[in-house]
Amino acid sequence: MRPPLRAMVLAGALALTAGMANAQSSVRIGMQLEPPGLDPTAGAAQAIDSVVYGNIFQGLTRFTETGAVVPALAESWTISDDGRTYVFKLREGVTFSDGTTLDAGDVVFSFTRAVAPDSQNAQKGLFAQIEKVEATGPLEVTITLKQPQGSFLFNMAWGDASIVAPESAATNATNPVGTGPYVLKDWIKGDRIILTARDDFWGEKPAITEATFQFISDPTAAFAAMMAEDIDAFIGYPAPENIPQFQADPRFQVLIGNTEGETILAINNRQPPLDDVRVREAIAHAIDRKAVIEGAYYGYGTPIGTHFAPHNPAYVDLTHLSAYDPERSRQLLAEAGYPQGFTTTLKLPPPSYARRGGEIIAAQLAAVGIKVEITNLEWAQWLDEVFKQRNYGLTIVSHTEPFDIGIYGRTDYYFNYDSPEFRAIMAELDATSDPEKRKALLARAQEHIARDYVNAYLFQLPLLTVARKGLKGLWANAPAAATILAELSWE
Amino acid sequence: MMRRANLLAGALLSGLFVLAALASFLWTPHDVTQIAVPMKLRPPSAEHWFGTDQLGRDIFSMVMVGARISIAVAIVAVGLGMIAGVPLGLAAAARRGGWLDELIMRGNDLVFAFPAILVAILITAVFGPGAVNAILAIGIFNIPVFARLTRGAALGLWTREFCMAARVAGKGAARISVEHILPNIASLLIVQGTIQFSLGILAEAGLAYVGLGAQPPTPSWGRMLAEAQTLTAIAPHIAIFPGLAIVAMVLGLNLLGDGLRDLLDPRLSRVAA
Amino acid sequence: MLRYSLTRLASLTASLLVASLVIFLVLEVVPGDPAAFMLGLEADPETVAALRRALGLDAPAPVRYLDWLGGMLRGEFGLSYTYKVPVAELIADRLWISLPLALYALALSTLIAFPAGIVAAARRGGPADLAVMGTTQLGIAIPNFWFAMILVLIFAIKLRLFSAGGFPGWGDPLAAMKALTLPAIALALPQASILARIMRSSLIETLQEDYIRTARAKGLTPAQALWRHALRNALIPVLTIIGMQFSFLIAGAIIIENVFFLPGLGRLVFQAITQRDLMVVKNVAMLLVLAITLVTFAVDLAYAAVDPRLRRR
Repeated sequence: MRPPLRAMVLAGALALTAGMANAQSSVRIGMQLEPPGLDPTAGAAQAIDSVVYGNIFQGLTRFTETGAVVPALAESWTISDDGRTYVFKLREGVTFSDGTTLDAGDVVFSFTRAVAPDSQNAQKGLFAQIEKVEATGPLEVTITLKQPQGSFLFNMAWGDASIVAPESAATNATNPVGTGPYVLKDWIKGDRIILTARDDFWGEKPAITEATFQFISDPTAAFAAMMAEDIDAFIGYPAPENIPQFQADPRFQVLIGNTEGETILAINNRQPPLDDVRVREAIAHAIDRKAVIEGAYYGYGTPIGTHFAPHNPAYVDLTHLSAYDPERSRQLLAEAGYPQGFTTTLKLPPPSYARRGGEIIAAQLAAVGIKVEITNLEWAQWLDEVFKQRNYGLTIVSHTEPFDIGIYGRTDYYFNYDSPEFRAIMAELDATSDPEKRKALLARAQEHIARDYVNAYLFQLPLLTVARKGLKGLWANAPAAATILAELSWE
Repeated sequence: MMRRANLLAGALLSGLFVLAALASFLWTPHDVTQIAVPMKLRPPSAEHWFGTDQLGRDIFSMVMVGARISIAVAIVAVGLGMIAGVPLGLAAAARRGGWLDELIMRGNDLVFAFPAILVAILITAVFGPGAVNAILAIGIFNIPVFARLTRGAALGLWTREFCMAARVAGKGAARISVEHILPNIASLLIVQGTIQFSLGILAEAGLAYVGLGAQPPTPSWGRMLAEAQTLTAIAPHIAIFPGLAIVAMVLGLNLLGDGLRDLLDPRLSRVAA
Repeated sequence: MLRYSLTRLASLTASLLVASLVIFLVLEVVPGDPAAFMLGLEADPETVAALRRALGLDAPAPVRYLDWLGGMLRGEFGLSYTYKVPVAELIADRLWISLPLALYALALSTLIAFPAGIVAAARRGGPADLAVMGTTQLGIAIPNFWFAMILVLIFAIKLRLFSAGGFPGWGDPLAAMKALTLPAIALALPQASILARIMRSSLIETLQEDYIRTARAKGLTPAQALWRHALRNALIPVLTIIGMQFSFLIAGAIIIENVFFLPGLGRLVFQAITQRDLMVVKNVAMLLVLAITLVTFAVDLAYAAVDPRLRRR
């Protein structure tokens, strides 16, 4: 009898509070995916960060809407001249939601836990350069790196680098205890998560006191829920085809921004004939990005010519290197010894950009003589066949981690790309902290992979947000998966 | 009178789809692999009788070609069920009450104990999606259907005089099963086969809908519906026509099955007109 | 009867054991590592190995199988890999949607099928019979997921009378029932069609039995004969079918729950498979098999009680 009773009491209480409290202080947010757990330091699902980042958990630094890195739990820091030692000064009076106080020990604990051999941190690489973490004062943490790392402060802003307390770390997945302004109120698995503002929050009290994350994976249901105003905002709206309808409706506002997702046609660089750079270039020239973006995402999405986000200041537009040119494509195939084309596989994960885009690209490749056999896969199968076993020729996927060009330096990555020159650029980048020099190095890195035609670069995945008019503070862009409730308010 | 009507309507309707499927090898109004994104989601018109889909392909042509996969998967799956199930049923009946009978019947129960859709999803998870695996998933559930039907019918025949006579004449159980029993239950099997065929079409559509089934660019009715689902709000026609095709095909086969039963087995028709 | 029940019970236990082994083995060979799925693209192999240890995936297969069986016998179903909560709790939560949905659909299909079947049988060959037979013929031919889509299109998108999916919780029972209405209709349609046809043929068959003729000879009108005698006897096969349909409805709701985005058991198992939450998959699969097997068992026993000849099967 327990579940329905609990649900009834809760829902009843909810209805009451919603009715009594100022309606302007609560918000209902739609999202497509439900997080599997709520511990951002133990799981790769972006949905975790979408709910908890900045709301329940905080790190030393944090991202802003533009992707800049600003202080969070660390009030300030100093960097030694050799770039190897970071001294963070923690904010005073910060408490976890279980009442305990944040001190340097918590930071040491969090990072030691993240790099430990039995760590379940999905982004262990963020901490790879850390040599040691020490508490050099009650509110002072000194981190020594193995070698200078230009992106260290950026790394510390990730949800995976959230600061957790030793007392609660083990149970954060179901009972999260963080330093943020909100706590978990209820989680109806498979349906919604309710966060409520902390009474004892150490910082400024947010305008929104209660937020419901409603998980609606089906685009038709998302459309209907939004139209009926059952939800106030849908972040990452899944059906681009409906956007014009919302734009035309005075009840709604539509935000079209960018994610960090470079959507690419990934190529297995070691599988013949794809190991021939001419063949890969031929593939790149065979693709009409405009048609792909139109068909897969209804025209939303910026074309990209390399693996880099166009809204990043260091971005270089290299789309001309892979302009749509089927004639050139045929010529290259002939040069490479495949005047009649060849046959390869195209394995597609579930998102509709991959499934729709895949069929379009298959048709475009067929036009220059490359026959592809499509297989639609579930994510788990894709991870196994494509990502782990590299049993694929082509695949379409969006790489949504921010600033992830570094994956081209990993020889064990599923692209099977191996370029000592590229790794040299990345090593130099890591050791450089001068912004202008970094920018120049990043430009070189972008061009290197574009000229090697490692993958065919399609478009930057857009972020579509539909919301009721009057809701302010939503992020149009998503430099990282996050829904910062404290920035929201109703006008 | 009604019997004839059933038979005729059923034969016409299902024949129409078989014809469309066959014709699609030679001709379709448009090329189903031809993607024309600017032409996407157009409502039905003189040019595109059923409109175009999310990638600008002609839905009428896709429905024609889709009939091929539906029919092929269903026929092979039912064939598989018959080829495996009928001998099992004959064997069980011949060894009535023995351990073989018990084993076969418990095996049947075991298959029936698994929800079909769950098995289908598990098969995809293990082997990946594809028409062959859809056939496998549907075929497995057809085996016990035919085994049970065959056993039941054969049991009755074993007590009949012609079987007794054959046994007295020294014929073995296997020979009697093939020479005397099988011909007598053939019409029953044909009727059941038609019904299973229609269930197979429904099952194939359901499997393709959840992602197990023929892979793109091969059009499939179930997958067309799955892809249409997000678009029903703005382009209902892409969800309606493939669905109607399934309904018409299944309806046709059911009517045909009923009609055949009436024709071949007048005893049954007394009850179910 | 007792002997028959005991043998059936023994074979039931055996088939449940075989079923558990089949489920376990299938999930053993399913490609896709739960740990790798949870950690995503960037995780290093060491982290994945650590998570595998934490989930208990590194133990030898026979040990894990026996652990699972032992756990089930003690009523422990383990922790969900993804949600990190007891599987039993997840199942219990989801049952509060799937079970009411199945009952709702069953009630609807019975409410439609009984009158339709009776009318058709009583007016056999008449226009009512033809209408019922025609409609049910169509009902059987419609794939329920497509019917569901059409219902959404008409009632949720065009008329906006119902929501297209989701479940508000039982806090507001009326809203909850409303959310279950379209799914229940979609599920009930094919079932109602089958049931109506069986009701009709069963009634027609009974009406031709000798005792009905006797009753008629004693001066009962056809309607009286139907209501007083035939209906009761015709119900036996119909009730059997309802029993079978119930287990089917629980499992068959997988697709419908996905169309309407209802967080029920079917959706749980579907999601669990894509997320490789094998702990949930194997337990829910076993539960469904158990439910179906028990219903079949009960039906068999009921039949045997009615018809002693069957006991010798």
